[in-house]
Amino acid sequence: MTHAHVTSTGLDSRKLAFWTFIGSECLLFGSLISTYLVYKGRSVRGPTPHEILNIPVTSVSTFDLLMSSLAMVLALAAVARGDRVWARVWLAATAFLGLVFLGFQAYEFTSFVHEGLTITTNLFGSTFFTLTGFHGGHVAVGVVWLLTLLVRSFQGKLGPDKALNVEIAGLYWHFVDVVWIVIFTVVYLLQ
Amino acid sequence: MAEHVAPAAGARSGIWSWITTTDHKRIGILYGVTAFVFFLIGGLEALLIRLQLASSQNDLVSAETFNQLFTMHGTTMVFLAVMPLSAAFFNYIVPLQIGARDVAFPRLNAFSYWVFLFGGLFLNASFIAGPILGADSLSVAPDAGWFGYANLTSRAYSPGFNVDFWVLGLQVLGIASLAAGFNFIVTIVNLRAPGMRLMRLPVFTWMTLVTQFLVVTAFPVITIGLVFLMFDRFFGTNFYQVSAGGDLLLWQHLFWLFGHPEVYILILPPMGIVSEVLPTFSRKPLFGYAVVVYSGLLIGVMGWGVWSHHMFSVGLGPIPDSVFAGTTMLIAIPTGVKIFNWLATMWGGQLRFTTAMLFALGFIAMFVIGGLSGVMHASPPADLQQTDTYFVVAHIHYVLFGGAIQGIFAGIYYWWPKMTGRLMNERLGKTHFWLGFVGMNLAFFPMHFIGLLGMPRRIYTYGPELGLDSLNLVSTIGALLIGVSILVFAANAWWSLRHGETAGNDPWGAPSLEWTISSPPPAYNFSVIPEVVSRLPRWSRTQMRAIPDVPPEPVHVPGGSFWPVIAALGIGVLATGALLHTLWVVLAGAAVLVVAIYAWAFEPFEV
Repeated sequence: MTHAHVTSTGLDSRKLAFWTFIGSECLLFGSLISTYLVYKGRSVRGPTPHEILNIPVTSVSTFDLLMSSLAMVLALAAVARGDRVWARVWLAATAFLGLVFLGFQAYEFTSFVHEGLTITTNLFGSTFFTLTGFHGGHVAVGVVWLLTLLVRSFQGKLGPDKALNVEIAGLYWHFVDVVWIVIFTVVYLLQ
Repeated sequence: MAEHVAPAAGARSGIWSWITTTDHKRIGILYGVTAFVFFLIGGLEALLIRLQLASSQNDLVSAETFNQLFTMHGTTMVFLAVMPLSAAFFNYIVPLQIGARDVAFPRLNAFSYWVFLFGGLFLNASFIAGPILGADSLSVAPDAGWFGYANLTSRAYSPGFNVDFWVLGLQVLGIASLAAGFNFIVTIVNLRAPGMRLMRLPVFTWMTLVTQFLVVTAFPVITIGLVFLMFDRFFGTNFYQVSAGGDLLLWQHLFWLFGHPEVYILILPPMGIVSEVLPTFSRKPLFGYAVVVYSGLLIGVMGWGVWSHHMFSVGLGPIPDSVFAGTTMLIAIPTGVKIFNWLATMWGGQLRFTTAMLFALGFIAMFVIGGLSGVMHASPPADLQQTDTYFVVAHIHYVLFGGAIQGIFAGIYYWWPKMTGRLMNERLGKTHFWLGFVGMNLAFFPMHFIGLLGMPRRIYTYGPELGLDSLNLVSTIGALLIGVSILVFAANAWWSLRHGETAGNDPWGAPSLEWTISSPPPAYNFSVIPEVVSRLPRWSRTQMRAIPDVPPEPVHVPGGSFWPVIAALGIGVLATGALLHTLWVVLAGAAVLVVAIYAWAFEPFEV
């Protein structure tokens, strides 16, 4: 017997749990972003954000992450209609775009360290690396999740009946993407 | 894993069956027993504190030990006693009250328990871990107060392992609370039996739902506050470094943004319990059910807008002080509404003064006193006199002991027959109640005066010239009486398990769904899923269809899983590695966690 289909609300329990989780994550990132804003401009020494942040490069990685959300939508559509080939293509594309984003972040972090900004340098360093690091960690988890789904697809275990698994991974991925839009705006654009 | 079982299901036994259990009732019992042990430990800490303060210039314990005692007493009682004691009822009672066979995610539920257990053990290991960690004392327990104000918690001022245990232990416990929060929200929203509309939910289930929303929104905030502190201590970041421009108020805001909703996380479940006990023993439906539910919701929402009343003394300025004074006074309104509804419930009822009822009445009386002193320090000028004195200690103990703990005992006496199948001894129960009631008033009422007369909290001793010796001695005697009352309770529990009268399905003539089935319930809870036709199924004229003793068809019961405990173990190892600053231990813990998560995800497990 499975009662996954006869919930009181008609919503799948896992999906409902995931929405609750996302609500909770909003408070997590909300605390991080608020702290960044509270401490903005209060570092007693440099480097400061406008000396070091590279908006053009980060715009590219932001675009990359946005496109990964598109790929995610297409992956879910492909899985839902039982199209194995395109499901794999788009799942791989989403994971790849996520990896590219992480690559940009690794490049950004190393170049900042070379320019003299580490997590201990000043308040900007502490808040910036913690906030973007938390986000990057979320992207990394998402990439592993997507690659797991990709493996399941190759094992032939990701048919249309498993579309919900992809949908929930998608919810997570889109959420992480939206958070980045906020971070990009708050940290990079509103200096 | 999946197996089909006939009526005799649940005959599983042995320690392995408990370790791998995913049955909400067993997990509830595990929560209850574990939390009670931590409650005893926290109580012993309190007794040591009180013995030290029994007379002026006492030297029973050193100042360092005293710091550890009050820090661990507060941390233990909040995170390891009151919260998980409530969780015991969430687990055991909520699925029964909504007519479900388990929670929405049984393995996640087991995971919550094991993470809680390991987090609690981790925190308390600090009492004996000194020699292993190369410290020069046996105990390296947290010693910076239960709200760990920055920058006392910084490496510079707390160089030892003490605060590390605290910062890591609380993060681990947060994981347990969050996982349980998601689980119970989904359970209550999604697993209700047909006809169990939201406005038919028992008030205890309603308050559980509100509480879990507070948990999933408040815990991320403290998590981030703790992450900042951990980074400051481990990696040298600047979050709470004044020399780098950091603001100590950041910690206070993050902590109390969590801390005030936490107050309602602690008190709403006992309010729910009282709302079950009073109608049953008044033989009258709860007066103004809907209003009680809405008041609980309103308390949950408003609980987010009052946190800075913990910070009146830091000088936020007249505008924030006025706003938070106003919101704090406003939140007394929905609380007062509940009190009046409880009183009106009893009005004209056929009152039966069972032990559970006495504790519920004790809750109301003591919570009113705690609430009134709470409204007193809602006023910033008054608060400036009272803050950091024993007046505040009196207040929190009236709301958390007189309120939360007495409410929880009401729940224990009320649902014990359901959980064990046996009645408790009423004579011992009443002895427990009266000893505890007199004890708590002796212990905590003088603290109002001790505080107003100028004794600060968290000092390990005081001078005889303050003239507070006799009041403090009375308080200590009261604390010892509370200790005796808890021993009476333990004796009662032991007696009941051996000699208690058989309870039957419903020893109290109670209205809600959990009393329609046997005590203790079978593994599958309900032989058929009930169809609810009214808010008080057992008291209503329109009778619901009876629940047969024997399931008409085989009921599937999930078979248990050991991956939750392995995953929790991974988190425990991870925290230990972080404490030791040893990367390979951290990575080993993370590896165990990842393997357990994958094994869990791909394990065949039909709910």
